[in-house]
Amino acid sequence: MDTVVKKKLKVATTSLAGCFGCHMSFLDIDERLFDLLELIAFDRTPLTDIKELGECDIGIIEGGLCNAENVHVLREFRRQCKLLIAIGACAINGGLPAQRNQLSLALILEEVYHTSVGLANGLIPNDPELPLPLAKVRPLHEVVRIDYFIPGCPPSADAIWKALNDILAGHAPALGHGLIHYD
Amino acid sequence: MSAIPDPVAAAVAATVARHRQDPHYILQMLREIQEACDWIAPEAIDRLQQALGLPRTKVEGVAGFYSFLYTKPRGRYRVLFSDNITDRMLGNMELLRRMCEQLWIERGKTSEDGLVSVDTTSCTGMCDQGPALLVNNYAITRVDAPRVDAICELIRAQVELAAWPREYFRVDDQVRRKDVLLGAALAPGEALAAGCARGAEALLAELKLSKLRGRGGAGFSTGLKWEACRNAAGSEHYVVCNADEGEPGTFKDRVLLSAHADLVFEGMSLCALALGARRGMLYLRGEYRYMLDQLNAVLERRRQAGLLGIGILGREGFDFDIEIHLGAGAYICGEESALIESLEGKRGTPRNRPPFPVTHGYLDQPTVVNNVETFAASCLVALRGGAWYAGIGTSASAGTKILSVSGDCARPGLYEYPYGVSVSEVLAACGAVDVQAVQVSGPSGVCLAAGEFGRRIAFEDIPTAGAFMVFDQRRDMFAVARNFVHFFAHESCGFCTPCRVGTSLLRNLMDKLNNGHGSPYDFAEIEKLNRILQAMSHCGLGHSACNPVLDTIAKFRPAYERRLQQKEFEPAFDLDWALEPARQMTGRDDAGAHIGSVEKS
Amino acid sequence: MSASFTIDGKAVPFAEGQTIIQAALAAGVYIPHLCHHPEFKPHGSCKLCTVRISGRQSASCTTLAQAGMAVESDTPALNDERRTLTQMLFVEGNHFCPSCEKSGNCKLQATAYDLGMMTAHFDHFFPSRPVDASHPDVLLDFNRCILCSLCVRASRDVDGKNAFALSGRGIKTHLIVNAKSGRLADTDVTLQDKAVRVCPVGVFLRKDRGFNVPIGRRVFDLKPVSAYVDATAALAKE
Repeated sequence: MDTVVKKKLKVATTSLAGCFGCHMSFLDIDERLFDLLELIAFDRTPLTDIKELGECDIGIIEGGLCNAENVHVLREFRRQCKLLIAIGACAINGGLPAQRNQLSLALILEEVYHTSVGLANGLIPNDPELPLPLAKVRPLHEVVRIDYFIPGCPPSADAIWKALNDILAGHAPALGHGLIHYD
Repeated sequence: MSAIPDPVAAAVAATVARHRQDPHYILQMLREIQEACDWIAPEAIDRLQQALGLPRTKVEGVAGFYSFLYTKPRGRYRVLFSDNITDRMLGNMELLRRMCEQLWIERGKTSEDGLVSVDTTSCTGMCDQGPALLVNNYAITRVDAPRVDAICELIRAQVELAAWPREYFRVDDQVRRKDVLLGAALAPGEALAAGCARGAEALLAELKLSKLRGRGGAGFSTGLKWEACRNAAGSEHYVVCNADEGEPGTFKDRVLLSAHADLVFEGMSLCALALGARRGMLYLRGEYRYMLDQLNAVLERRRQAGLLGIGILGREGFDFDIEIHLGAGAYICGEESALIESLEGKRGTPRNRPPFPVTHGYLDQPTVVNNVETFAASCLVALRGGAWYAGIGTSASAGTKILSVSGDCARPGLYEYPYGVSVSEVLAACGAVDVQAVQVSGPSGVCLAAGEFGRRIAFEDIPTAGAFMVFDQRRDMFAVARNFVHFFAHESCGFCTPCRVGTSLLRNLMDKLNNGHGSPYDFAEIEKLNRILQAMSHCGLGHSACNPVLDTIAKFRPAYERRLQQKEFEPAFDLDWALEPARQMTGRDDAGAHIGSVEKS
Repeated sequence: MSASFTIDGKAVPFAEGQTIIQAALAAGVYIPHLCHHPEFKPHGSCKLCTVRISGRQSASCTTLAQAGMAVESDTPALNDERRTLTQMLFVEGNHFCPSCEKSGNCKLQATAYDLGMMTAHFDHFFPSRPVDASHPDVLLDFNRCILCSLCVRASRDVDGKNAFALSGRGIKTHLIVNAKSGRLADTDVTLQDKAVRVCPVGVFLRKDRGFNVPIGRRVFDLKPVSAYVDATAALAKE
């Protein structure tokens, strides 16, 4: 009985319209990463540079949705992952990128590519390789079902550690005073 | 000073003088300014605030609350289509589109030339002769395509409203069944004389004996209410008649006031006799603006006849008069404490209770607020006695109830029945066949399915303020509930968090289902919001805002299940449409410039 | 002996005319609240302080305490509903804590922390609410307004200025200022006004000062809101 090797949970992560700050904070769990790696194995994530997403137990997503590519990646994560975790302010409420939601996209593109100082004959990029921006930046839960949320900008390493442990133990993460933050 | 007379200055000066500079009349003043100037310009607010010595915030706060007051130009002709479900069933949306197309305007926007705007409004109380609309707050009934075309012509030709065909403004009193109240042909003063002969104490005793209960829906004992108010200490006592008949599907008060105004005013006078009140106010919903002049004429006639004013019926010390206050498009003002706030010239926000109006009502003084029908019925008690009245109806529900019947039936209109009448009896009388459901007492009431038509209209079974909307088998009960949810979201006063935000969230979810994006997840969300609205809201509006949804889910679940087209959660908005602004700006339309609603791996 | 009632089984004394929340806070019993302020008359709009008395729910800030009443407050069911209310407030406005000077001193944020709000849950409204930076000393950021009316009440009842009011209705309800231009600069509001200092969130910000107390050492960084006997007083010292 003792020799049964627990199958490691497969975990994938990505950053959409985010700044990778949450990933940095994740790395800040430092040597506890070794404990974590006893329980999980990474699939696609910027940490491993694996580009293809396989079937996973847990997907951790930083950043909100500001363009079509973000939506494609998010949907792929939803399809491939049993559990989806939104991490950080941007993933949970749109965060900094969503500050553009007060303005129309047309106005923003005009300002950035046509009318701001120092631009000459600017063109709005229209290369088919580029993902088109959404009219409004959206948090993840408005587009796919999200199972758990770890708030913070970014959440501290301790908060991430606590939340992941809760989730790995099979219950909803609960961050008490000091760990729960929206800033 | 400018030599050209300033119409805004003139309108403000006139209304301020008419209301003796009393800031409690600010809603009336704003309404009259709007009537004179078509909107309430910043200059009008300047002048009003100066004339009344009020902070600007006070004036703007009130002006911003009421749907019929505009602080931005909305055109010389402001068309509002009544948007109750009964209007929808009669094709109001098609007519609205037709009008917008002919006038080249977008719904909700004012035309470029500032001539006209077209939008929707909550039920205007013309359900038995709809579809209906308001032009500058005057009701037009029986709207059809030819009438829409003719109205567009009149607007384009800038014909004054007064010169429009009178026929458009015809409002019929369609009384289909009379009983003791609608059939009572009392001479003005008859009930009041009887009341005076009995005296205040005996009148209260008869009222209690009659077991008359409030007809607004809550059903509080009228005798006890009047007695509690009479016994409450105060420098003045007030009588308020609630004619803010805003519950969609209700129009009985309209007919009572049109055909039996004396009965209503006489009931208020009886109440004044019982309380020792000197002032009465009738709060008439803004949608019934067209009745204002005729009601004022009735009041004047009663003054001439010695039935109002000083020394009524020659009795020394019986001094009482009634004034009419007009609402301005706010359903919440039908809630009695919000109504009192509105009478005081404030935003119509329901008060914290207790204290109740009987001890702390208008200007914090003891006040009776009763429904139009309650006051009218009190006349019968004064005249014929409590025992006689208590003998009508059931033991817990004395007397009769007037039902406003509309929807899918051959003979919509008013039906007065003794309490205890079954739903199926009413359905048979109004010529309803193949009935799927009946919404009793409006959106905040109850939705009955076919198996429940044996139930009775009575406080002990189905209490009602009077609305009775019939839906036959063709109707989609989800669409009915969605219409009602939109109504509540529009009419929430915004005071408390659960109702202010919750009704909008609920509306968005119903729209999501309607737009084909619904999944079982959203269904669970709707149920969650229902619980919060019921448990946490400040007043009855929030508590009952989920009723139509709860009822239709329980009784017409397939109508919802048809809407839950998605197994998995989907966004409420159209993702591909969210790329449209970017497509327009970049000129792209390649495959990568679109997002499918479902994506294959 | 004064009369008493119980909250979650704990005896709470009260004086005649006190509301449940007044008696509770005086006795050091925390009930979540946002629109209630000890110096102002009962208001009752946020509904966070809703409690259960004999099976009926009502706002504890507008319900008078009565001898012997058994009040339930700190229950999972009520806290679930309160959390939903905070979520409603978060999606109704634009609450972007990372850029807000009030972060850590914000009652809405602290209350949401205390209720364990991990997400705003609902779809965001993302309303358009332009900031008013016209005043020399005070920044007015309507994005964070939760319509508690505290500034309205403070300006009217304490400052005697009526500088603020709510206008609009329903979900369109919004704060207005007492100026034809709609700009705070054109009012008589000063930094000394109670109205400027009473906001439980970050609508009113002083321009002359920012981040005096660093993030991490602010009122609700030190202790959760529920651990303060009088969070309002603690915030007033900031």
